[in-house]
Amino acid sequence: MTVLGGRPTGLTSLHLDDELDLRARLVVVGNGMAGARLVEEVLERGGAEQFRITVLGDEPHGNYNRIMLSPVLAGESHEDDIVLNSHDWYADNGVLLRAGVRATRIDTAAKQVHADDGSVVPYDHLVLATGSYSFIPPMTGVRREDGALLPGVFGFRTIDETRALLEATGRCRRAVVMGGGLLGLEAARALQGHGLQVELVHAMPYLMNAQLDAEAGAILKKSVESLGIGVHLDVLATEVLGTEHVEGVVLKDGRRLDCDLLVVAAGVRPHTDVAVLSGLEVERGIVVDDQLRTDDPDVYAIGECAQHRGSVYGLVQPAWEHARVLADVLTGADPDAEYHGSRTATKLKVAGVDVATMGVNTPERDDDEFLVISEPKRGVHLSVVIRDDVLVGATLLGDTRKVAYLTQAFDRGAPLPEERIRLLVDLSDGAEEVGVAEMPADSQVCNCNGVSKGDICGAVAGGCGSVGAVMDATRAGKGCGSCKSLVKQIVEWAADGELTEDPAASYYVPGIPLAKPELVAAIRERDLRSVSAVFAALAPGGQDDAKSKMGLTSLLKMVWGVDFVPEKDGEFINDRVHANIQRDGTFSVVPQMKGGVTTPAQLRRIAEVAEKYEVPMVKVTGGQRIDLLGVRKEDLPAVWDDLGMPSGYAYGKSFRTVKTCVGSDFCRFGLGDSTQLGIDLETRFQGIESPAKMKLAVVGCPRNCAEAYVKDVGVVAVGNGKWEVYVGGAAGATVRKGDLLATVDSPQEVLRLTGRFLQYYRENANWLERTYDFVPRVGLERIRSVLLEDSEGIVAQLDANMQKSVDAYTDPWGQDGKEPATPGQFRTSLPLVALPKVPVR
Amino acid sequence: MSTATQLEHVAEAARPTTPGTDRGTPATGVAVPGQAAPVRGEAHAVGRVDEVPPGEGRAFVAGGVQVAVFRLRDGSLHATQAACPHAGGPLADGQTDVDVLVCPLHLFAYRWRDGASTSGAAPIRVYPVHESGGEIVVEV
Repeated sequence: MTVLGGRPTGLTSLHLDDELDLRARLVVVGNGMAGARLVEEVLERGGAEQFRITVLGDEPHGNYNRIMLSPVLAGESHEDDIVLNSHDWYADNGVLLRAGVRATRIDTAAKQVHADDGSVVPYDHLVLATGSYSFIPPMTGVRREDGALLPGVFGFRTIDETRALLEATGRCRRAVVMGGGLLGLEAARALQGHGLQVELVHAMPYLMNAQLDAEAGAILKKSVESLGIGVHLDVLATEVLGTEHVEGVVLKDGRRLDCDLLVVAAGVRPHTDVAVLSGLEVERGIVVDDQLRTDDPDVYAIGECAQHRGSVYGLVQPAWEHARVLADVLTGADPDAEYHGSRTATKLKVAGVDVATMGVNTPERDDDEFLVISEPKRGVHLSVVIRDDVLVGATLLGDTRKVAYLTQAFDRGAPLPEERIRLLVDLSDGAEEVGVAEMPADSQVCNCNGVSKGDICGAVAGGCGSVGAVMDATRAGKGCGSCKSLVKQIVEWAADGELTEDPAASYYVPGIPLAKPELVAAIRERDLRSVSAVFAALAPGGQDDAKSKMGLTSLLKMVWGVDFVPEKDGEFINDRVHANIQRDGTFSVVPQMKGGVTTPAQLRRIAEVAEKYEVPMVKVTGGQRIDLLGVRKEDLPAVWDDLGMPSGYAYGKSFRTVKTCVGSDFCRFGLGDSTQLGIDLETRFQGIESPAKMKLAVVGCPRNCAEAYVKDVGVVAVGNGKWEVYVGGAAGATVRKGDLLATVDSPQEVLRLTGRFLQYYRENANWLERTYDFVPRVGLERIRSVLLEDSEGIVAQLDANMQKSVDAYTDPWGQDGKEPATPGQFRTSLPLVALPKVPVR
Repeated sequence: MSTATQLEHVAEAARPTTPGTDRGTPATGVAVPGQAAPVRGEAHAVGRVDEVPPGEGRAFVAGGVQVAVFRLRDGSLHATQAACPHAGGPLADGQTDVDVLVCPLHLFAYRWRDGASTSGAAPIRVYPVHESGGEIVVEV
C-alpha cells in the first residue's frame, strides 16, 4: 500500500538521546486535522525549544485534508494534493511521527501511553485528538461473524476507505448510500459521477437536517433528484442482503433496493475508547474545560473527540480553534487563553448545489425575526434568523452570493441593514448593489483612484488580510470615499471569509487605537486639549500620525469649544489658511452668503476684489455662493480684508451652507418663508466643525427647488406653518433621499431639532462619515427615539453642547487676517515653475 | 536619529546663499526640481529655523532649487523637493509625522528616511539638512 505523504524508504531521522534531552515530552494521540494542526501551532510559538513532540497516528499516512476526500472520490482531486503534512515535514521539524501505531490505553498515574505495537510512550503533556469514526447503524447482516463489514460495505471517513471505494467503482454498478447528510450527499454525487446508479436512503424527513430546515431540505431533494439520484426519506434500512458480498438492503417499509456497493455515511461518533479505558470523564465526547483540559490536569482533548460545554463539533474550524487555544496554553504564549465555543459557519457544494449555513436555521424565540425567500423552481432557498438586531443564523441554498457578507455579520455581530431583505438580495437601486461576484474583474470600483475589482482581488491574493490593508495598498476608497462599502464587499468576497479583523477599522483616527466614545472619554478624563497632547497620551509610543491630525483637531474643537488649544500643524492646509487648496496650489475663496442671498454692494466688492487680485475664475457654486478661484496664498489676507465678508467655510469638514428657494416673499407657490429660515439656520450653525461636511437646504414648498430632500438636513414647508425635517440625504458621489425625521410647527422648532440632530451626528459619527451613511447605520428609528422622545435622556446635553459650539464661533478671516497665526502662514509653498496650469477663462 | 544630528559634523555650514535670492522670502523663478543634478552638493543657508513653525513646513530656495523644509515637533529638520511628483502639489503645505510627509492634494505619503512613497507614487528627493547657529542649512 502506498503511504500518503510518505518518505522514500531508508531515510531515518536522528534523535537526541532521551537522557540528554531536557525538554518536556508532548505526546499527541491522533494525526488528523486537529492533532497535526496543534503540532503546527505549538511549533509556530517556538514550542520546539520547550517540547520534544511525539505524534501517534492510527493511519500509516502523513496528515491529509479529510475534507477533501469527497473531491478525491469524485476524481476531481488527486490524493497527493490533499497531503497537509508529509512524513518529511515531521522529520524536518524534529517531530517524531509514529504512523500506523494506535494508542490503546493511557496510564495517567505513570503518565504513559500504551500502544498496540506493545510500545510505551511516556509523556509530560498528553493531547488526545482521536477524532471520530463512521457510525454503522445496527442492521441485520451488515457485519460478518468476525465483526468485519460485509464486503462491498464501506464507511467514508479515511483515505483508505476512499481508495477502496474508488477501486470498487470500477466493478460495481448500483450503489446505495445511507445517510443524507453532507458526507452522504457528497459520496452519492461522486459515485454517480463514476457511472453508478445511486439510491440515497436517509432516516430523517429531509436532507441535511443538521444544517437545513425542512423547506430548504425539500428543495435540495429536488435538486439531487434532478441529477438522477434516487432519494428515500424518513426510512431506515433494517437489513443488508448478501453473504459473501452485499447484494442489497431492505428498508423498514419492506422495500428492497438492490446494490453491489453500500456506503454508510450515517453520521460519526467521537473516538473515545482510549479515554474511556483510561478512566477519563467521557460523555458524548471527552469532556474538557475552557482550556481543553480533561479531568486529568496533564491530559487534553481537541477536535471532534472533545466535548466542550456540552458541544461536540464535527467541523474543522472549531478543531483549529481548539488547536490555537491549546498551543497558547501549552507553550505559555498565553497561559490564560480560553476557548468559549465556536460559531460555526460552513460553505460547501453538496451534490453540485451551493450550500452555506451558519448558526441556527429556524427561529427559536418568539421575537426572533425570520426572513425566508424560497424559490423551489430555481432550487433557491434563503433564510436568516435575527435576534435583537444581530444575525444568529443564515441558510443559503442554491445561491450563496451573499455568504461573505453574511459570514462577516454573523462572526462579528455587525449592524444589519434596516431593510432586512438586503441581507439576502441586492436591491438594484444603484450601481453599488450589483453582486460583487458577478462584477467583471476590470470594472472600476474606485473612480477617484482608478482601482478595479481585479486590482482589489490582486491585493487580497498578494497577502493583504484586511480591508484597511487593501485600501492602503491600492488607494481604493481613499478619494471621495463613496466606494468604501463596495471595496469592503469585494475584499470580503475575494478573501472568502479569511479576513482578519481589522482592529483599526473601529478607530476614530488611524493613529490612536480607540473608537470614538473611548477616545472622547479619554480626552475628557485626561484633559487633553491639543492634538500633540492627545498623541503624547494616547498614541502607541506617543508617536504622532499625519493622517490622524485633521480628525483629532476637529474632534477636540467639538469637545472643548473655546478651551481648545489650537496647533496649526494639527490642521489640514485648508484649515490653516481658511481656503480650499486647488490643484495648482492656489486657493479658492468663498465668502459667506447666508441662504444664498446677496446684495448689490456685496457683488460690487466681490467684483472689485476679483479684478484687483487678478482672480482667474469667478464662479457661482452649487451651494448658492460665489467662488473666487485661483487666489494666491500670499494674497489671502488682503483679499479677505478687501471683501469685508466673513468666511463661508467652503473648505472645512464643517457646516457649509444653507441653500434656499425664494420662499413666500416672491414665489406664488411658497408655503413658508424658507429664505429667512435658511438665513437663520446658517447664522446659528455657521462654521461649526463636524466629522464631515454638513450641507443644508430649506425649501418653501415640496417642489424642492433648493433640493432639500437630498441634503444632510433638509427642511420643507408643507403649509399651515408646518415644516418637514429630512436628515441623511445626499446628492454627491452618493445619491440618497433624506429620511423624514419629524414634522414640526415652527421655524424655532426647526432650529432646535436641526441643532439636536447635528450635535448627535457630531458626537457619534465616525471621522469623515457623512450623514447619508450615519443615519442608515444608526437607524432612523433610533435617531427618532433619541432626539424626539429623549429615550437616552441626552437631549438637554445635546442642546447645551451645541450651544457651546455656537458660542465659540469666530470668523477665521477676521481672526487670522490681521496677524498671522504662525510665521509664514500665508507664504507661498507653490513650486515656482510651470506646474499644472489651470486655464484662465 | 534625526538628519540634523547626523550632519552635525558639517560645520562649514554657512556657505553663501544662492545669489540673488533673499533668505527666507518666498522663492521665485527657480529651476525645476530634479533638474538640479548634484547628488550631494553644496550647503546653502536658506533661512532661520524659527521661520518654520513646529510641525509645519515652508518652502525655500537652496542653490537655485526650491526645497520644502520641515521642522517636526521632536525638533528634527527635514528637507525635500518642493513639488509632489504625483501631480505637482505643494509639499510644504503637507502634514507630517515622525515617519512621513503627506501631500495636501491627494494625500500621497512619503517617508523621510528615503523619500519612498508609502502609497505607490514615485519617490521624492530628500536633501540633507541641519541647523547651524539658528540657520537652516540644506545641501543641494
